Amino acid sequence: MDILYFAWVRERIGIPKERVTSEAETVMDLVAELRAREDRYAAAFEDLTALRVAVDQELADFDAPLAGVREVAFFPPMTGG
Amino acid sequence: MRVVVQEDPFDLGEETNRFATAQSASGAVVTFSGIVRDVSAGLKAMHIEHYPGMTERALMEIARTAIDRWSLEDVLAIHRYGTLKPGEQIMMVATAARHRKDAFEAAEYLMDYLKSRAPFWKREQSGSGEEWVASRAEDEAALNRW
Repeated sequence: MDILYFAWVRERIGIPKERVTSEAETVMDLVAELRAREDRYAAAFEDLTALRVAVDQELADFDAPLAGVREVAFFPPMTGG
Repeated sequence: MRVVVQEDPFDLGEETNRFATAQSASGAVVTFSGIVRDVSAGLKAMHIEHYPGMTERALMEIARTAIDRWSLEDVLAIHRYGTLKPGEQIMMVATAARHRKDAFEAAEYLMDYLKSRAPFWKREQSGSGEEWVASRAEDEAALNRW
């Protein structure tokens, strides 16, 4: 699946998008996998209350299932308008 | 219903006129436009990032909900991204309804949701560097009234 990062999450991790192969069953499982990768991921995912997640371009919770999902995005709370 | 996400500036007067004159059953048209403000007199630019694809979907969903809830005849939402200077228009919404109360309320609803549920992120550039704009608790709380 594709993983997208926006705003300071993108800056901390250093890339806007990557394709990963994962057996993660939920967003939380995926976060655990990413955190374990490198320090920059651990730093980006340090405080989940500061993060929001979208699954296939819909806002979701961190316990959302990932079966059949094509795109997951992580970003800070939105500041539109 | 029209939802536009674009980098280029838009003409507020032209958009408002086009929207207002296209309505036949509405007695009320309300417009709101958001402008880049220079809060501390040091803002050089506002950079707006967004999530292509999800942004359009989220805006359509917000607009559809407003149309259903207030029986609107029409909705227009334009939101820019990219680099904007102080004084430039960031976005606008317009609502058309039979009566003004519905048009006003729906416009407020659209603004509240656009602030916290449309995937845009603002970064302010000033003389002292660049900083992501933090979301505000009151913006999140504003959703509760709907």
